[in-house]
Amino acid sequence: MPTRLIYFAWVRERIGKPQEDVELPDGIETVADLLRWLKSRGEEYEHALQYPDVIRVAINQEHVEHREKISGAREIALFPPMTGG
Amino acid sequence: MPAAVVPVVRIQAGDFDVAAEIAGLTRGRVDIGAVVTFSGLCRDEAGRLSALELEHYPGMAEAEIARIAGEAAERWPLQGLTVIHRHGKVRPGENIVLVVAASAHRQAAFEAANFLMDYLKSRAPFWKKEHHGDGSEGGWVDAKESDDKAASRWKAKPGE
Repeated sequence: MPTRLIYFAWVRERIGKPQEDVELPDGIETVADLLRWLKSRGEEYEHALQYPDVIRVAINQEHVEHREKISGAREIALFPPMTGG
Repeated sequence: MPAAVVPVVRIQAGDFDVAAEIAGLTRGRVDIGAVVTFSGLCRDEAGRLSALELEHYPGMAEAEIARIAGEAAERWPLQGLTVIHRHGKVRPGENIVLVVAASAHRQAAFEAANFLMDYLKSRAPFWKKEHHGDGSEGGWVDAKESDDKAASRWKAKPGE
């Protein structure tokens, strides 16, 4: 089952698309694994995810830590620290 | 303790009327003794900015603010709580965000509004991009460490 990845703000601009559906390879268990795998997918991903520690992640529209398991995620969003308010 | 109030949360492109939102919470009520209102506006940064563009995560923005508002309604005895956040292009002098907290006494209303804004800044999925006065697109606004610190001071609940 494909997983929908959604990007916001400069993560979206650097990757060059607002969202995509991907088949996650075996062995991608946590958010940290996902970020590491994505970063290897090309220059634009490398640029967006150069400092993975600053990237915030939401699974199914709820904030999660990088150690969180991603099994069962329909929608995973990657974005910079928020600046609303 | 009576059931916690159900907060009103709206994410919208258009402006809002602060006075109308206050009136909406207090109309016909005789049990509210305090209303604290916070509105956040767009600054021009000494003429540098022509607008801020607010990107948001539709769906999660509503859900996350509702979660934060729900927590405030459980922590403080509120009679009403309204949170409105705009998205899209906002020009200097215009409203961006509104929190209205109503309670029997002022302390709960002040604290709930303060808590709401601190959490909203660091957890609500919105991102500001600057537009310059000369028409060029500026950069994304950096998150402030002071906003994270402001949110973390609420971790200990009163009396803990």
